[in-house]
Amino acid sequence: MPGPKANVDAADDPDDGDDGVRIDMISGARMEGLTSMEKIRLILDGVREGNIVILEEGLSPDEESKLIEVTMTEISPDDFTGIEIETYPKAEAGDQSFLDKLMGRESTQKLTVIGPANRIETLHKDENLISTLVSRK
Amino acid sequence: MGLLTNLRDSISRVTDGLFAADEPKRIGIYGPPNAGKTTLANRIARDWTGDAVGPESHIPHETRRARRKENVEIERNGRTVTIDIVDTPGVTTKVDYKEFLDHDMEKDDAVRRSREATEGVAEAMHWLREDVDGVIYVLDSTTDPFTQVNTMLIGIIESQDLPALILANKTDLPGSDVQQIANAFPQHETIPLSALEGDNMDEVYTKIAEYFG
Repeated sequence: MPGPKANVDAADDPDDGDDGVRIDMISGARMEGLTSMEKIRLILDGVREGNIVILEEGLSPDEESKLIEVTMTEISPDDFTGIEIETYPKAEAGDQSFLDKLMGRESTQKLTVIGPANRIETLHKDENLISTLVSRK
Repeated sequence: MGLLTNLRDSISRVTDGLFAADEPKRIGIYGPPNAGKTTLANRIARDWTGDAVGPESHIPHETRRARRKENVEIERNGRTVTIDIVDTPGVTTKVDYKEFLDHDMEKDDAVRRSREATEGVAEAMHWLREDVDGVIYVLDSTTDPFTQVNTMLIGIIESQDLPALILANKTDLPGSDVQQIANAFPQHETIPLSALEGDNMDEVYTKIAEYFG
């Protein structure tokens, strides 16, 4: 089964090598039906192409752990040095509904920015603002 | 049937608890690179077993394999707590061999070190999901704790319901700011220490016994 792609149509995919930085903003709805590994593949495929991936609803802690693990296995000298990832700090548990707490459901809704480690640099981060510098190459 | 099931579950929990009490708990020492994890692991191991766990270094990713020191018996308040210490590589989301070149390393050595480091971090993440019963999270109190790796790792530890003790290390250095770490993770208790100098280790051992005993 082919893996999910952030970009739908190759014709919409300009040569992003020289002129700019491509940003894929992926909605929560698009991620909803994917397995953990499909989400990680979707993110890493985009990042390894040099894109910035923004997730509307982020990943669960378990998925974040697997993302780090898979990223480590893909790092190779002079090719891919890993990822930079930023999210707002975790929302307080008080934001969860009583039913969510009872059922052990975690709220993972947190905007997440992921990019190639050699192209994205975090300038500032606090509870309300993530400021990043993205270089072209 | 419900009553019998509940009774059986209760008995099972009690017997499991009795047997589990005899098993050493595996306590993972986690944190970012260069926080002083191996220095702490060595300090604990030397204090209670006389042996070290592994070499320490100021070069990042000196520890590239999780190392275990088994059956470390810590005595506190008349009782003994037995733990296995697992010293893990510093967790990061990126490894670039070029950073090692700044430490007077040849390219081949730097590439090999970075490859081993990536394998070690992947292994550490796997340990965290599968193989540890508690976490000692070590932070360098002279650096900003509000990093994504720290936020993610604490989130992962909390999601696994693992008991976690946060240690603000390197209090012997001039720029140490323990309060900044306490502010970053207010849901956890923060214990200051200098693993290098052995400062405040009494409190660290008391807390280890309390959290993991």
